[in-house]
Amino acid sequence: MEENIKIEIKDFSFLYHKKQVIHNLNLKIHKNEITSFFGPANGGVTTLLRSLNRLFELNHDTHTKGDILIDGKSIFDPDSSVTELRRKVGMVFEIPAPLPISIFDNVAYGPRLKKKKSKSEINDVVEQALKQAALWDDVKDRLKAPAMSLSGGQQQRLCIARVLALQPEVIMLDRACSGLDPISTAKIEESLFQLKEEFTIVIAPHNVQQAIRISDRAAFMLMGHLIEAGTSDEVFGSPKDQRTNDYITGRFG
Amino acid sequence: MKKFKENLPGHIFLLLALSSISALALITGFIVVRGAPIITDVGLKDFAFGMSWAPSLEEYGIFPMIIGTVAVSLGAALIGVPIGICCSIFLSEFAPPFITAIFRPAIQLLAGIPSVVYGFWGLIFIVPFIRDYLGGPGLSILAASIILAIMILPTVISISEVSLLALPKQYKEGALALGLTHWQTIRIVMLPAAKSGIVAAVILGIGRAIGETMAVIMIVGNAVAMPESILDPVRTLTTNIGIEMGYATGVHQEALFATGIVLFIVIMILNATAQYIVSSGKQARGKERQKS
Repeated sequence: MEENIKIEIKDFSFLYHKKQVIHNLNLKIHKNEITSFFGPANGGVTTLLRSLNRLFELNHDTHTKGDILIDGKSIFDPDSSVTELRRKVGMVFEIPAPLPISIFDNVAYGPRLKKKKSKSEINDVVEQALKQAALWDDVKDRLKAPAMSLSGGQQQRLCIARVLALQPEVIMLDRACSGLDPISTAKIEESLFQLKEEFTIVIAPHNVQQAIRISDRAAFMLMGHLIEAGTSDEVFGSPKDQRTNDYITGRFG
Repeated sequence: MKKFKENLPGHIFLLLALSSISALALITGFIVVRGAPIITDVGLKDFAFGMSWAPSLEEYGIFPMIIGTVAVSLGAALIGVPIGICCSIFLSEFAPPFITAIFRPAIQLLAGIPSVVYGFWGLIFIVPFIRDYLGGPGLSILAASIILAIMILPTVISISEVSLLALPKQYKEGALALGLTHWQTIRIVMLPAAKSGIVAAVILGIGRAIGETMAVIMIVGNAVAMPESILDPVRTLTTNIGIEMGYATGVHQEALFATGIVLFIVIMILNATAQYIVSSGKQARGKERQKS
């Protein structure tokens, strides 16, 4: 079983302006599974996701304790490159923000920078990424159109494609479906099920129902504490902690 | 009556607002009425492209001054714009907060220095430097360009910086999360996205350089001749008015007003272009906000 661990979070604490927002968190995230972190706002979920690719370093006055290992290697290792890490751990945000350039270029600009690749290789990467994100059929005839001409759901799938084009190992989605209609959400969830064959997926769902629908494993976070974690059946079927039960049954939140 | 009373403040403010607009209308009207006759008398072509300006001989050609204005302003843009844009990138992206806290007010202060002080400083410091080390009389296109470059810095820096800071933070985070380095993010994502604001900053800066008079009079040499190098003295459209208006009468005065018309049109075109570019950039961003 051990070799299936992709990410190991060890006694991890996060401080922002001297205020502790994550308290001594321990968790293992498995390969080829969808792991969801859920809980009410201010629970530390977004901070945790932003820790996994060290994006929190954009903010001033942050401090971490403990460690996060990916494939057994610490992401905080001073010798490791943060840009390498962020290519390995792709992230999709709550608000899709495609760049004001064409659909094709939005997906292509990452791979173009990564290595010197020929035009046809870039074309292949873009096509494959758009197919994986279930967007190819919508846009294959207008790849040169501006990305802003897409609908909100299509823009979000474009952002997923943009991450996939870098061939990451882990994909994180931070409430990526919160602004979307049910049809777009269903399309994204469907592509996630296919993507987990290849990738490790970490998701902060925008509600409990989505967590129940798509998770293999789930972790409930409340005010910076990990309350309970386990397989989807355990957490949602027979929660051990009363607070988890109250939250998923809608008693608070 | 009651309704009138309720609306009274509105009417008063309308009146006051009209007074500022009417100042614009009055000035424009005055310049056109006083300056247009000579353009029709001499002919637009001979006025704008005439090579000789000799009011005592009734020759009114402003082409060398147009070239002077263009040369001085372009020079200012060539020196000032790269420095200004780099400075705005530094302030919005690289500078730690305590440095920004010092730099920003300092740059605003630069805008507050009276232009005569710039001119004086240029005359005492830059002009002799150019004369001693580069040759020529020192009073030159180059001297004026350097001073104007400094004078347009606050405009270029503050408008570019605002347009960089106004970008949705998702652009930056999205790019960094894709594994781009900070510099790649700035170069590939942020600068293109802020392009409209930065272009507007450049145009407004050039507009300021074209309109500046006092500092330029003091260091540009004011010779009405076609320059052969950047070390030659020239006269610009603004300095022409500034130098001669004190004693000009009759047709000569009209010719100065006509110079003002030319200047006015150039500045109007530049400002309108800047405004158009800024608003089209805002529209593009507005659309995508609606979508998201």
